[in-house]
Amino acid sequence: MKILVCISHVPDTTSKINFVNGDSEFDNNGVQYVINPNDEFGLTRAIWFQEQQGANVTVVNVGGADTEPTLRKALAIGANEAIRVNAAATDGFFVAKQLAEVVKSGNYDLVICGKESLDYNGGMVPGMLAGLLNYNFVNSCTDLKVDGTSAKASREIDGGKEVIAASLPLVIGGQKGLVEEKDLRIPNMRGIMTARTKALTVLEPVSASVETKAVKFEKPAPKSAVKLFSADDLDGLVNALHNEAKVI
Amino acid sequence: MSLLIYAESADGKFKKVAFELASYAKKVAESLGTTVTAVTVNASDVSELSNYGVNKVLKVTNSKLDNFNAKAYADVVKQAAQKEGAKVIVLSSTTDSLYLAPLVAVGLEAGFASNVVELPVSTSPFQVKRTAFSNKAFNITEISTDVKVISIGKNSFGLVESSSSLTEEDFTPTLNDADFNVKVESVEKSTGKVTIADADVVVSGGRGLKGPENWGILEELASVLGAATACSKPVSDLGWRPHSEHVGQTGKPVATNLYIAVGISGAIQHIAGINSSKVKVVINSDAEAPFFKVADYGIVGDAFDILPKLTQKLKEFKASNS
Repeated sequence: MKILVCISHVPDTTSKINFVNGDSEFDNNGVQYVINPNDEFGLTRAIWFQEQQGANVTVVNVGGADTEPTLRKALAIGANEAIRVNAAATDGFFVAKQLAEVVKSGNYDLVICGKESLDYNGGMVPGMLAGLLNYNFVNSCTDLKVDGTSAKASREIDGGKEVIAASLPLVIGGQKGLVEEKDLRIPNMRGIMTARTKALTVLEPVSASVETKAVKFEKPAPKSAVKLFSADDLDGLVNALHNEAKVI
Repeated sequence: MSLLIYAESADGKFKKVAFELASYAKKVAESLGTTVTAVTVNASDVSELSNYGVNKVLKVTNSKLDNFNAKAYADVVKQAAQKEGAKVIVLSSTTDSLYLAPLVAVGLEAGFASNVVELPVSTSPFQVKRTAFSNKAFNITEISTDVKVISIGKNSFGLVESSSSLTEEDFTPTLNDADFNVKVESVEKSTGKVTIADADVVVSGGRGLKGPENWGILEELASVLGAATACSKPVSDLGWRPHSEHVGQTGKPVATNLYIAVGISGAIQHIAGINSSKVKVVINSDAEAPFFKVADYGIVGDAFDILPKLTQKLKEFKASNS
């Protein structure tokens, strides 16, 4: 089984979010980048398929040379090889279009994406990719097993879950549950050393129409300070929730 | 060129988001000088949509669509949009709608913007304000394609009544066998419980509650408020509560009217998941807990002492206000 894991290179959750150039661009200054958490659950599941079922795992990212440390980290975690499509990830459709080309030329059986990235939170790349390829698609995927060419997946739904059967080739939008937090791997020294010698292929992008553009960013208005009530003044809280916040 | 919404239903009845979408679409349609058409799947009575400004309903009735299927439903929405010549398609942020939205967008060669929180900033060029960076910022996105797909963030617009005359039309889209290649084998759904996705109020517990045996006081508070219960990541990692209740960055997102956090310190990953809730209340014995920085109301104190009393106060309040 050939697996392609699509990863986004995103600011760590604890990063300060600021914008520059008249609030038109994200401020990279001092920002620590990580593998998008939803993608990391998927990557870890892919490594499980590699170890248990002999799958070959390729990781891919659409981004500039500055995103290579993130791909190297994925290699250190255990991916066999990496691909970088050399272009800024301008919008979801552009990224999906690049990934579709990579999937077509590499004949992957299973494409694992995270259901959304933590920077733009667009949540559209896995679905658009499946749509462009006309592959089966499971979003919000919390469990995945593959036997030959048939897959069994769980999908989180509002208020429960669904068990889904689909054949490969398949695209999934994954999330926590594919593996648990405790299963995530921190690259060890041996992994880091071997990652240096693994192949990282750089591909040039294919052209794609511009569908959406982030024109400006805004930060939420500063919050007013918390209003505290003493433990003896629960009437005060109930009153505030009713008359001031109007939520009860 | 009308505006199209997909009005979601469950067991034949519309979900609240269907009316929220209609309210939103009506306002956008007014500014574009057009009308709102809704497409429905196996909804029994569609007349309620006329309370929220919908002028036309395309009714799809097909037992093959009893279970949600993203590809087939995306085909339904796509063909409805083509039939109506819709230029703007408005969807919700339910798990199902977010599943089908990118498929609809690709099918219509439409640009897509999710998590939209307000009416469009401008309709020409078409610009919308959406949340990004896990609710730590907003981003104004311009959609430049002829057809546009947007999905509206949960609880970001609310219901606006506006009565309209409604015409109903049966609609039979062409579905292929290939649409059903992804098969639902079983569905597990908690019944009789308010789900986090549908709830207007969420009551959430953290490690401060000391153990799963203490969840009763939280559930009682939730029950008097008609709220869903949720928990922090450590609580679900420890196995005190099921994963389905974990809210936060890697758990379920919460965008509710009222979020009450009990014994949750407020790690940045937790806040990222719940920050789009309108009003946040924190109850914690540690006055230094970071949650106090993002909350609207707070009580520093012992949850085991406060919760039963608060439940009692709310019961009295409900009794005198009903």
